Amino acid sequence: MENILVVAELQNGSLKKGTKELLSSLLGKGKTISAALAGEGADSIKEELQKYGVTQLFNQASLTQYNPTSFTQFFAEAIKQSGANLILASSNAMTKDVLARVAARLDAGFINDCTELSFDGGIQLRRPMYSAKCSAGVNLKLEGTSIVLMRANQLPVLEGTESITCEVKALDAGTENETLKVKDIIKGESEKLDLTEADRIVSGGRGLKEAKNFEMLEDLANVINATVGASRAVVDSGWVPHSMQVGQTGKTVAPSLYIAVGISGAIQHLAGMSGSKVIVAINTDENAPIFQKASYGIVGDAFEVVPKLTEQLKASL
Amino acid sequence: MRIFVCIKQVPDTETRIKLKPDNSDIDSNGVKWIVNPYDEFAIEEAVKIKEANQGAMVTVVSVGPKARLTNSLRTAMAMGCDDGILIDEANSLDSLTMAKAMAKAIKAEGDFSAVFTGVLSIDDNESAMGPMLAELLEIPHVGVVSKLESAGDEWTAEREVEGGTKEVFTMKLPGLITATKGLNKPRFASLPNIMKAKKKPIKEMTLGDLGLSSDDVKIQLNQYQMPADKEPVKMLSGDPAAQVSELVKLLREEAKVL
Repeated sequence: MENILVVAELQNGSLKKGTKELLSSLLGKGKTISAALAGEGADSIKEELQKYGVTQLFNQASLTQYNPTSFTQFFAEAIKQSGANLILASSNAMTKDVLARVAARLDAGFINDCTELSFDGGIQLRRPMYSAKCSAGVNLKLEGTSIVLMRANQLPVLEGTESITCEVKALDAGTENETLKVKDIIKGESEKLDLTEADRIVSGGRGLKEAKNFEMLEDLANVINATVGASRAVVDSGWVPHSMQVGQTGKTVAPSLYIAVGISGAIQHLAGMSGSKVIVAINTDENAPIFQKASYGIVGDAFEVVPKLTEQLKASL
Repeated sequence: MRIFVCIKQVPDTETRIKLKPDNSDIDSNGVKWIVNPYDEFAIEEAVKIKEANQGAMVTVVSVGPKARLTNSLRTAMAMGCDDGILIDEANSLDSLTMAKAMAKAIKAEGDFSAVFTGVLSIDDNESAMGPMLAELLEIPHVGVVSKLESAGDEWTAEREVEGGTKEVFTMKLPGLITATKGLNKPRFASLPNIMKAKKKPIKEMTLGDLGLSSDDVKIQLNQYQMPADKEPVKMLSGDPAAQVSELVKLLREEAKVL
């Protein structure tokens, strides 16, 4: 595992936090590091990559829109040319989809959703299992190629300290064909980070009584730069879209701070958020199961507590 | 028209997980096994397409220990699948080995129009099997599909990605879809259909029959651990103003997350 390729992703023209987390874990470990970027922006991240000791960046600028066919071809080719036997990526909709397909093409091992990664004495990996009811160590076959996806927000971001030259290598391996074509992109309303990548989440359930009361959570979320989530009950009632659902048949999240408002804590909900570092529960029912998982609990009326919390945070931040 | 649905049997969400004494795996004694909830969306969609296309047939495929897996195949058949393929294997497999087994079993059946599977399974939260299977079958796929127009031989599928954004693809058959919530509402099997399902044919084979072995896995999970005991919840008392002040203080000074 000495030759490593990191899947580079961009946000607002620089490296995404998840990519920096991966590169930080490799700092000072003496590895040969390549990166691969699908889409534009190679020049804007080249300097950042150099600081993390990345010697070559494989890029196909024309891949601006995700298509499993063309992206599989590009990443498979980048991995082959780099000679890497360990591929690291931050877990998200694109990487989970394309790299699974790449693994099958290259006959490589694939594991996603890892939450612990270190290079002390070989590679050490762990991941949650059974909705975080337990966790397991991950053994990779050392003789083959392995693709490892880490959950976002699990590793510290360090400043790159290397001074090395990163060479951009343009590829044209990825092409679409007519079996699969992008027809349209329907942009989501939210400008915020997705729940799966958010470091702070404010989530609402039935205790909010009706859809329009989610505005109260939006206000709180805006003050602390959080993303708003929801329980299954309110998604099924049509108050908010499915993209906001946390839990089984929704999203699995692991932010630093999860504030659950008016959520009783059905096991299906807990399955998706119990990996959060700090959980705050606000509920009128002192026997609600959510309090068993919480770090801090407030038994009280959300309509009194949440606006006060928003006010106080606004005044002090 | 032939459609395949690939499903996995997983522990019920409500099940309490215990570990084997040597921490090599979970202790499966007392575990209640169910069809992976996301696979129910896949079954429902395949059956709906069958009902709209005269002469169409749906085959459910799964890998696992026969003694318990048969039950889940019967569940899928009670929902409307016509027959089943059971690949008997006692050991847990990684996604790629499972995809290889399914690909070989499907290829042996001849021509097909579409393959459905759930976007992920709730036991390991892996979402890899679908895209891997599509690659091994050399067909296109669209993952995380919450809306599908399936008339004719070019389908339109909406894929859900971050922030509620949707990527809309047109896919020429044969192709593979991984299903997520929103695609449909899985039906409950009626009693007559449950009875009928008991008589539907299941083709049985082993992993070895397909030229594979559980030794082929490239990823092994071990050293299972239960989570560390959680500190008991701190309940904040007083009127709402006092509760909020205390909370903000704790989040800053103790938890250091603000």
